[in-house]
Amino acid sequence: MPEPTPPPPGDAYVPAPPPAGGVDWRRIEAAPEFRALVAAKRRFMIPATVFFIAYYFALPVLVGYFPGVMERDVVGEINLAYLFALSQFVMAWGLMALYIRRARAFDAMEHAIVARYAPGGAS
Amino acid sequence: MSTALVMFVAFILLTLGITYWASRRTRTTAEFYSAGRSITGFQNGWAVAGDYMSAASFLGIAGLIAFYGYDGFMYSVGWLVAYLTVLLLVAEPLRNTGKFTMADVLAFRFRQPSVRTVAAISTLTVSLFYMIAQMVGAGSIVSLLIPQIGFRTAIVMVGVLMLVYVIFGGMLATTWVQIVKAVLLMSGTILLSILVLSRFGFSLAQFFAAVAKVTGQYCAAGTPAAGVCPDGSAPVVRDFTQPGLYYHGRWGPLSLISLGVALIFGTAGLPHILVRFYTVKNAIAARSSVVWAMILIGSFYVMTTFLGFGAATLVGKQNIGVMKDGVLVPNQNLAAPLLAQQLGGELFMSFVAAIAFATILAVVAGLTIASSSAFAHDIWFNVVKRGEKHDEREQVLVARIAAAVIGALSIVLAISLRSLNVAFLVGLAFAVAASANVPAIVLTLYWRRFNTNGMVAGMVVGLLSSLVLIVLSPAVMGIDAPTAATRHLIQATPIFPLDNPAIVSVPLGFLAAVLGSLLTRARPDAELYSELNVRANTGLGAV
Repeated sequence: MPEPTPPPPGDAYVPAPPPAGGVDWRRIEAAPEFRALVAAKRRFMIPATVFFIAYYFALPVLVGYFPGVMERDVVGEINLAYLFALSQFVMAWGLMALYIRRARAFDAMEHAIVARYAPGGAS
Repeated sequence: MSTALVMFVAFILLTLGITYWASRRTRTTAEFYSAGRSITGFQNGWAVAGDYMSAASFLGIAGLIAFYGYDGFMYSVGWLVAYLTVLLLVAEPLRNTGKFTMADVLAFRFRQPSVRTVAAISTLTVSLFYMIAQMVGAGSIVSLLIPQIGFRTAIVMVGVLMLVYVIFGGMLATTWVQIVKAVLLMSGTILLSILVLSRFGFSLAQFFAAVAKVTGQYCAAGTPAAGVCPDGSAPVVRDFTQPGLYYHGRWGPLSLISLGVALIFGTAGLPHILVRFYTVKNAIAARSSVVWAMILIGSFYVMTTFLGFGAATLVGKQNIGVMKDGVLVPNQNLAAPLLAQQLGGELFMSFVAAIAFATILAVVAGLTIASSSAFAHDIWFNVVKRGEKHDEREQVLVARIAAAVIGALSIVLAISLRSLNVAFLVGLAFAVAASANVPAIVLTLYWRRFNTNGMVAGMVVGLLSSLVLIVLSPAVMGIDAPTAATRHLIQATPIFPLDNPAIVSVPLGFLAAVLGSLLTRARPDAELYSELNVRANTGLGAV
C-alpha cells in the first residue's frame, strides 16, 4: 500500500499534504457514516466522563465533609472510607473494560469510513 | 552497605547495555523521538506505568500513608482514576493527529509560532519541576543508603547517567530502561506486600485490626508538642484507618478536593506521558498501552496500602528516618526501604533501595527526552528556523544538545533546591499541567470555535495562575516555630489557603481559553478543524 502522507522534508509543521487523489476532509466530516461515528462516540464518552468525575469527587467530598459516616466499620476494622476508595479502582477498571468493548464498534465504523472515502488512505 | 552498591552497579551496567544496543538503532528523528514507532501496546503499557510510578509514588505515597494513614491513600486513588481521562478523551486523538510532541496537537489548527512557543514553555516548566523533584529524591536516597556518596555527587551521577541514556539511546533506550525498571518495581512491591501480609497470617482482618491500633494526632492550629496543642487544648486523636490526619480543619476538605482536580486532570497534560503514545504504531496500540498501564498502575497503587500501613504497623513512624548525632530525623521517603529492612534484612533493603534508584533514573530520562524534543522540535525547528530546510542529522544533533543543556540545568537546580519538599514539586508539576495544558488539549480537539487567542490566553493564564497561587499557598508561605527547622520559603501567613491551586487555576485556564476565543474576532480555520476532526476520529493520514 503506498504511503498516503509522506512526512514532509524536515518536520516543520506543514499540514500533511492530501494523499494522491486528495482527501476531502469536509466531505468526510459531512458524510452520514462519519456523523454516526461521532454521535456514537459522544453517546458513550459524555456519560462515561460525567459518571467517573462524579464518582471520583464523591470520595473527597464524603471523606472531607462527612467523616463520621465514612468512618463506620463495615467488615471488622475495615471502614466505609477505605472500601469506597477501593471501589474507585473497581470503577476505573470496569469503565475501562466497558470502553474496550465499545471501542471495537468504533474501530469497525472507522475502517468502513476510511475504506469508502479514502481508499488507500488508511495508515 | 556494599550490597546496595553492588545492586546499583548491576542495574547501571544493564541499562548501559540497553543504551549501547539502542544507540545503533537511533539515527533519524522518528527513531530519536519516538523509537521508530516500533514499541508494542503491551510494552508501551509497561513503559507508561514506569514513567508514572516515580519516586513520588513508590517512596512518597508509602511515606505519606506511614505517617498520616488513610489520607495518604488519596493520592493513589486519584493517580489511577486520572487514566480514565487519558483513555477516554486524549490518548487516541493525540496519537492520530500528532507526530513527536504535545505541541504538535496544539499547533495542528493554529500554526502561529506563538502557540508552539507557549506549549513548549509549558512542557519545559512541567518537566523541569518534575525532574528536579526526582533528582532531589535520588540525592537523598543515594546519600542516605551509601553514605560514602554525598548528595551532590549522587545528583551529578544520576544526571550524567540519564544523559547517557537519552543522548546515545534516544527514545528506544529510554523506553526499555523504563520497562526494566517497571518490572523490577512491580516485583519488589508484590514481594513487600506478600511479606507484610505474612506477618498478619495473610488475614486482611488481622492486618486492619493492627492498623486501627496505630494513632496519630493533630491540632486545629499548629502542631502538638508533648500531647498539648499550642493553644493549650488537647489534640484530636485519630486512628490510621480514619481520614483527617493530613487534611483537616477549615480548609482541609477543600484542599483534598483541589488535590483531586490536579491529579485527575493533570495526568492528561503531562508531556512525558503524552509523548509515549507516539512510540506505538497507531491509535489502537495507544489504547492498549493505556489499558495495560491502568492494570499495572492500579495493582501497584492498591499495594501501596500494604507498603504504607505495613511500615506504620511493623516499623512505626517514630522509627522512620535517619540517625543524626544520636537523634532520629524523620524522613517519610525512607518508609519503604526501612520496611524492607524490617522484613528481609540488609539484603532486601538494598534491593528496594536499588529499585528506588532505578525508578528515579528511568523517570528522569523520560522527562529529559520529552523536554529535549519540546525544545528541538517545537522551539528550534518550528519557531527559530521556521520554514528553513534542515536535514535529519542536524535535527537529532540539536535534540541531543538540548538534552545535555536541560540535563545540566536540572542538575544545577536540583542541587540548589535540595531543601524543597519532593511531593510539593511534583504537585506543582501536576497543577501546572492540569491548568495550562489540559484546557488547550481538550478544547482544540472538541471545540470548533476555539481560536489562537483562546489557546494562548488559556495556556498563559493556566500557567501563571497555578504558579502564583502555589507561591501564595501554605506550601511556600508559612511561619515556622522559632525552634523548628525552616520549612517555608516565605515566612508569612499564607494568602491562598489551599495546598494545591488546581481547584481555582484549572477553571481559570478553561475560562481564559473560552473567553479568549469568544471575545476576539479571529475566526478559526474551519477547513483545519474538519481535518483535525476527521483525523482524530478515524486515524486517516496518521504518521
